[in-house]
Amino acid sequence: MITREFTILAPEGMHARPATALVKLTRKFQSAILLKKGATEVKMNSLLNIMSMGVKAGDAIKVSVEGVDEADAAEALDIFFKQGLKDW
Amino acid sequence: MQGIGVSPGISIGKAYVLRQRKEVASGVVLSDDAAVLQEIAQYREAVKLSVEEVQELFDKVVEEERDILEVQLELLQDPQLESDVLARISSDKMTARDAVLVVVGLAIQLFEQMEDEYLKARAADVQDAGNRIVRHLSGSANALISSAGSTAGAGDEEPLIIIAEDLSPSDTIGMDRNKVLGFATQSGGKTSHVAIVARLRGLPAVVGCGGELDGIVDGDLVVLDGSHGLVFVNPTAAIVEEYRKKQEIFRQEIQRLEALKDQPAVTTDGVRIELLANIATAEDMDRALAFGAEGVGLLRTEMLFMERDSFPTEDEQVRYYKTILLRAGNRMVTIRTLDIGGDKPLPYFELPEEDNPFLGYRAIRICLDRKDIFLTQLRAILRASVFGNCRIMLPMISGVQEVRQARSCLEEAKEELLRSGVSFDTTIKMGIMIEVPSAAVIADLLAKEADFFSIGTNDLCQYVLAADRMNKQIKDLYDPFHPAVLRLIRYVIEQGHLQGIPVGMCGELAGDPQATSLLLGMGLREFSMNAPAIPAIKDILLRSSETAARKNFQL
Repeated sequence: MITREFTILAPEGMHARPATALVKLTRKFQSAILLKKGATEVKMNSLLNIMSMGVKAGDAIKVSVEGVDEADAAEALDIFFKQGLKDW
Repeated sequence: MQGIGVSPGISIGKAYVLRQRKEVASGVVLSDDAAVLQEIAQYREAVKLSVEEVQELFDKVVEEERDILEVQLELLQDPQLESDVLARISSDKMTARDAVLVVVGLAIQLFEQMEDEYLKARAADVQDAGNRIVRHLSGSANALISSAGSTAGAGDEEPLIIIAEDLSPSDTIGMDRNKVLGFATQSGGKTSHVAIVARLRGLPAVVGCGGELDGIVDGDLVVLDGSHGLVFVNPTAAIVEEYRKKQEIFRQEIQRLEALKDQPAVTTDGVRIELLANIATAEDMDRALAFGAEGVGLLRTEMLFMERDSFPTEDEQVRYYKTILLRAGNRMVTIRTLDIGGDKPLPYFELPEEDNPFLGYRAIRICLDRKDIFLTQLRAILRASVFGNCRIMLPMISGVQEVRQARSCLEEAKEELLRSGVSFDTTIKMGIMIEVPSAAVIADLLAKEADFFSIGTNDLCQYVLAADRMNKQIKDLYDPFHPAVLRLIRYVIEQGHLQGIPVGMCGELAGDPQATSLLLGMGLREFSMNAPAIPAIKDILLRSSETAARKNFQL
């Protein structure tokens, strides 16, 4: 299992567009991907789950990936969170 | 009463009150496993029908509305929603309809408790997805959706003002524009759907009016002021009169800008300026023409490369360019070659981790390194070039050598096509973006290599001032009016013109009304911007004198 921590920098937080993109990205991998903020942890293949976390700018989140393609998935998520959100 | 004005303009008309049927759970307990299986099958069928219904709407709406539908599609098929619903059916023996109502109800509660206004408003998205599934489970056709307009108009053809507690995307998207004068809702904020849709369609809207709106009945006379967020119900004749006048003034202003649409931008002393649009898709092209764009100063081709699993094939690219060129008619379309890099990654193209992505491996630097990618794009542009009028623009050029290399790639692409007997525009122009300071400083040398210049002020400004425009802490340093930036712009325009090549601008400064006179005075003749900014810039140009603008600026 690989875990990564990110801080959300986009001023609008995790709004519908990046959340939708994130769900689509998650679906490309076989690994189980979980999103954790505070004490709550949810599966990241669901837009409902991601939006219900209420991730705002400045929030710290933890992502854990487990499965055959976990290395690739972790890297893709790394790129998404570090760079992708800015453009959304 | 006072609400939040979310879409400007004034409407005066009769009210049509839209009451949403409140769905209540039946409380039926399923008797056996066969019933459970049947309910699960019905749920799956209802989701399938709902998805198809939303997909059908896709063709009818503009791009921004598509984002809303995209979220709907995602929610309808949400795995968490599905597993929660299935659990309610199989463990709690609920009917599919009850299960959806309960699960969606809980999700809505969660969203409504959120502090963030944007996320709170997402409760409406979830509700909408839930309602749609429930409607299919109840077997009733979509009573509200597209009929809102026509129901409103039934037996009474005059357009009406829609009054509702809230409006879902389904209610607003697809509503007949000609039968609706405006919207007033009890709940909602600036980010609610009704706000977005109303603005897109140019209809006044006031949201967040609160419970007072309950007092309105069908046929009440309503005055809606979407600019100031005011709603008057059965107002005095004096108020109606006052607002008729305001409505007229607003209409004239809109008309004045609309009348400018087909009028060329010529200054009072007869200097012709070209107003172009920055676009990314074929839909943007239509929108640009609606705002009176005379062509495209920047086609961002990145859109074609993003949100997919692999590089688009040459044929796919040809189709994309061709569609846009055909819609542009014979207007000039400036196609910028791939501008990706560390800050704009592609999911299927691995790039090294960089400490300074803005100073790293990106745009033309990638293209000249990965000639396979570049040549494919150049061939595709060339093949599409016979369908319209286009030119090629290279991003991130920093020196003469890069232009020469790119040109030899273009020649190579041309030869390949010639060999296989494919026709293309043999006179196609290749120009460059001036956005790296080194390029601006040697504009005199580059003007001998490139067929045209387009100044990209966003990057130029951040590179010249060493100020990241995304960094809030130094946002004051990012100033396109800094003399250093302006001097470079002036120099680029001057050197371009000395060599006799066209000089345009496609950065944000081109669409900034505060910069129009200054840029005119520097000799800029091509302004490219986001389409909605065009009428206002044209309005300024029509009232400006080029001679005076030239005299006015001193650096």
